[in-house]
Amino acid sequence: MRTKLTIFGLIAFALLSYGLYQAMIVAPTEATMGNVQRIFYYHVPSAWTAFLMFFANFLASAWYLIKRGPRADAFALASAEVGVVFCTVVLITGPLWARPVWGIWWTWDARLTTTLILWLIYVSYLILRRYSSGGQTPVLAATLAIFGFIDVPIVYLSIRYFRTQHPQPVIAGGQGSGIDPLMLKALLINWLAFLVFGAIVLWVRYKLERARQQVEEAHALREEQQYEEKPLINARAIR
Amino acid sequence: MKFLYAAYAVTWIIHLVYLGIIARGYSRVREDIRELEK
Repeated sequence: MRTKLTIFGLIAFALLSYGLYQAMIVAPTEATMGNVQRIFYYHVPSAWTAFLMFFANFLASAWYLIKRGPRADAFALASAEVGVVFCTVVLITGPLWARPVWGIWWTWDARLTTTLILWLIYVSYLILRRYSSGGQTPVLAATLAIFGFIDVPIVYLSIRYFRTQHPQPVIAGGQGSGIDPLMLKALLINWLAFLVFGAIVLWVRYKLERARQQVEEAHALREEQQYEEKPLINARAIR
Repeated sequence: MKFLYAAYAVTWIIHLVYLGIIARGYSRVREDIRELEK
């Protein structure tokens, strides 16, 4: 696993470095916002990667409810956690972009509010997983994840169906939308870079969760064996 | 430019902190495995 991880890690590092070069040097400066617009090359790819992670969580949760396999459960947890990390990046880089451009850090418009709700849904999913005990926790978490995913298309469509402070879509946004080809190239390279990086982190986190599950199984097995060796009730005492 | 640098720096701080949490998780699992082998 280590060799593969090193190779993919180097690929991700190269892509991220190239993405940074594209964002900071190659992409032209935006006419009205100036250099601060370059936050776009981290903000948007992070949002798209978060959406994909939540979609992976949705699929794994549905798969878990059908098959009840520990692999699906581990994958669901890992993808939700990585998704929350990327969503946190979105929620922090957004206000850092908004402050110099809009003059405010935050506004309760449809896009920002639904994104915050999305983050809260998946944070509550992780809290449920962390602090709930009992055999039904993965089932409850999977159900929450499936209903929670409904917010992802709402976030995506919020700037299309509502008037928002957040800018209208620049890609696939209909008439009048679109960006400079060099900006689009920088955006797509950064998205690919974050996607590769996110996939590696997801894989590493999934492997950790599988190892944890196996350790828990081994502990349970050991306890079972100890009970067999030392019965809870002393048979002689009863006689 | 300070907002741009802050955004890029915060992005990598968040990712690095998360990678640190994962690395700590691995070391705990390794400890657990060592104890189980005793």
